[in-house]
Amino acid sequence: MATTPNAATPADIPGNSRTLSRRWAGADEIAHLITLIAAGTLLLITVLLVYQLWVLSAEARSKFGWSFFVTKTWDPVVGDFGALTFIYGTIVTSAVALIIAVPLGVGAAIFLAELAPPKLSSSLTFVSDLLAAVPSVIYGLLGVFLLVPIMRTTIQPALKKTLGFLPLFQGPSYGIGFLTAGIVLSIMIVPFVLSVSREVLLSIPRDQREAALALGATKWESTWKVVVPGARIGIFGSVFLALARALGETMAVTMVIGNNPKIAASLFSPGYSIAAVLANEFSEATGNLYLSALIELGLVLFLLTFVLNGLARLLILVTTARGSGVLPT
Amino acid sequence: MSFRLAWRKSLNVFMLSLTGLCALLTVSTLFFILGYLVWNGGKDLSWGFFTHLPAPVGEVGGGMANAIVGSMKLLLLASLFGVPIGLLGGVYLAEFGGRTVPFLVRYTADLLNGAPSIVIGIFAYALVVMPMHHFSTLAGGIALAIMVIPTVLRNTESFLRDVPRSLREGSFALGANKWRMIATVVLPAASRGILTGVLLALARVAGETAPLLFTAFGNRFWSPGWNQPTSSLPVVIYTYATGPYEDWHRQAWAAGLVLLGLVLITNILVRAFLTRGTAYERT
Amino acid sequence: MRIVKVLAVLAVLLAVATFAAAEGQVLLNAAGATFPYPMYSKWFDIYHQAHPSVQINYQSIGSGGGIRQLLDKTVDFGATDGPMNDDQLKQASVPILHFPTVLGADVPSYNLAGVTAELNFTPEALGGIFLGKITKWNDPAITSANPGVKLPSDDIVVVHRSDGSGTTYIWTDYLSKISPEWQQKVGKATSVNWPVGLGGKGNEGVAGLIQQTPDSIGYIELIYAVQNKIAYGRVKNSSGAFVKADLASVSAAAAAAAKTMPDDFRVSITNPEGNKAAYPISSFTWLLIPSKFSDTAKRDAVKDFLKWMMTDGQQYCEGLAYAKLPKEVVTKEIKAIAQIQ
Repeated sequence: MATTPNAATPADIPGNSRTLSRRWAGADEIAHLITLIAAGTLLLITVLLVYQLWVLSAEARSKFGWSFFVTKTWDPVVGDFGALTFIYGTIVTSAVALIIAVPLGVGAAIFLAELAPPKLSSSLTFVSDLLAAVPSVIYGLLGVFLLVPIMRTTIQPALKKTLGFLPLFQGPSYGIGFLTAGIVLSIMIVPFVLSVSREVLLSIPRDQREAALALGATKWESTWKVVVPGARIGIFGSVFLALARALGETMAVTMVIGNNPKIAASLFSPGYSIAAVLANEFSEATGNLYLSALIELGLVLFLLTFVLNGLARLLILVTTARGSGVLPT
Repeated sequence: MSFRLAWRKSLNVFMLSLTGLCALLTVSTLFFILGYLVWNGGKDLSWGFFTHLPAPVGEVGGGMANAIVGSMKLLLLASLFGVPIGLLGGVYLAEFGGRTVPFLVRYTADLLNGAPSIVIGIFAYALVVMPMHHFSTLAGGIALAIMVIPTVLRNTESFLRDVPRSLREGSFALGANKWRMIATVVLPAASRGILTGVLLALARVAGETAPLLFTAFGNRFWSPGWNQPTSSLPVVIYTYATGPYEDWHRQAWAAGLVLLGLVLITNILVRAFLTRGTAYERT
Repeated sequence: MRIVKVLAVLAVLLAVATFAAAEGQVLLNAAGATFPYPMYSKWFDIYHQAHPSVQINYQSIGSGGGIRQLLDKTVDFGATDGPMNDDQLKQASVPILHFPTVLGADVPSYNLAGVTAELNFTPEALGGIFLGKITKWNDPAITSANPGVKLPSDDIVVVHRSDGSGTTYIWTDYLSKISPEWQQKVGKATSVNWPVGLGGKGNEGVAGLIQQTPDSIGYIELIYAVQNKIAYGRVKNSSGAFVKADLASVSAAAAAAAKTMPDDFRVSITNPEGNKAAYPISSFTWLLIPSKFSDTAKRDAVKDFLKWMMTDGQQYCEGLAYAKLPKEVVTKEIKAIAQIQ
């Protein structure tokens, strides 16, 4: 969400006409207070959220400490819990998603920002925005019934044949697993990469492009060597934003990842992600330690997305605010 | 023409078409998804789907009337709790705020907006379900409201800031004090944009499944009042899609089509009509 | 503002509509096992038709979930196929009673294209497959029990539950009894640390995964295999006979336990000794009822439903491939209903 910095700043306007409505004196203060409470509610919710997760995960934190993050076991029978397999699954699926989505999204953004006529650009952006609005359970539905069979019968065997010497593409083709989850995620995050990258690219001033073109550069060279480097940091921002989205995505991943806490080199292998284990086990965890371990996973996920989102917004802000001041190196 | 120039020219054409291909691929995904859902779910949409309760498990037939009403009730609660807080908070940021507090609120709103929905679900479980000892429509509505607030707040703020200075000055010149000016001039001027933001936020949470799993839970029957677990479209789609029954799968496709249709239609109408003349930007 | 007005009107309308329906109704919420879900869903539906004022909403979230939500008091009663252990019972604020409802069986179901014969499974083969030691369908441990059946050399895909589950409890209870290695490495519980496999949510999810995954094997409740036409095999019992799960073989497994039923009804009937006809992976499944209800209308509804379920309700079992409760158990249970206050 971008605010337009050049609009009037209403808070500056002095409240200088008290004469007519004296009986309303103090009403401004009340209005101020009410709106402040509303804004404060948002802060309160966030603080309460972190507090709840922190308190409810106390048992797991004190029992496992930092070793929680490097332990592979997830054994509800004996009450031994470690987050490593879930962290691994979350990272691997998100990485697959980024590898596919970033080139696709940035490429499409370049097309929309630099090449397409404005009308076409805005209608395609409209469609991409609609894509971002598709609920994740719908992606899961298509994943289960459409993508999984295709992966099992066509894509995975083909990958095994061509790239099978890499440990990434070995093992039996189940159809579900890291790779499938990553692909579903990538489709889900492309619109985010696209729309933010496009905005960042558009914020790079016209004259830089024109200067490059005047020097005899081709359209592609001016784009790739001048515009994109100028927008680099902002594009990184869009990637972080998409990454935060991918890490926290729940339903679509739960439906196609295989739900098996396992660390495997092969992308064909079934795995588990933090969000998926929460969706599956949270309402049915028996025992306080089990529950508290799950909540600690939730806390980890929340803090992770918190940091990534913060970083992303900072990067986007830096590029769009710098404007023309920067020349690519 | 030198070899180098020819190379640069062809690289130019190649890379530019590649970016075009990327755009085409991205955009066509939506049409593919929509087409596939219509093809798979369209034939199973019947009157009964909208008016019947689900059949006992394993039996063929039944509909999703309770899930559709359940989703509507959840959205209603989400807007009842979420919209006023978001709206007033936005007013604060745009009209009253100083420096530190608005910065903090704005930043928190963006971060909460990006928080994983499953975590919001856990929070609502701990906040509402555990103390009340009830899964309920209320708990689900609160979970969704938490997701609505940051979007509405940031939207409201940005539209209020876009209201021209001249309008405010005119109002002041007539002797209105600040809150009257906001209520009678600024808010109405920005109302189309704000409404857009609200509707898009609701369309987004309408499809959320994860926060409802352990708050609104599920229900085979109608859920009277607000204090009982309720069925909702996204959760039913999830359950039916992962289940073994053919009939469930058919209904999941049909429900998927209904959900996607509602979300897309809302988006299209809102963006096509309400944003005309406003500088609305995507959230 | 206009938005606010519209919202307010909508709210009033919906509130009126929804509260009006609540007059005089008893709404019970229950959650738990997916193993008897088709049965419960049927029962609650029929019971609701006969008693329109009582509505029992049952969510099949898994036995682990049933126990957890009952302890958190977010549901009125729970359901499980693995009886609660003493630790869990101690956590409850009021004593929890177990009421057996029907008998069912975990069956090893598989998806093997081209194999039409019913497979035989020895306990060793099942243990090996689920421990991840037997990885190919043509492993001697499987082929030796299936002379004349041509099994593929494909990898076995194991499917198990991803949620806390009584079906898992029964399965792991059985594996613990027949495989010392299983007992030592994995143990029995509603959720365990699986050595291999894919996870599906609920019996529904596992059945769905088996259907969608070639060369897979998983354990599901009998009715899920029957309703979805998934193949399932015979299992060798402790008397050395290969037995297919059906009403007779499941009832046979419960026959001995019915006579020696403990007062709290918590009993395991997996791998029973000395009965050639018994299917070895059978179990009772239980409703978990708090012994005290603060709401008398709810209490009366629960008691009435239990009585109905044990008498009239039992006639619907066999249509869904669940075995009826033995007579002795019903008599004992009806006495126990009086403990609910």
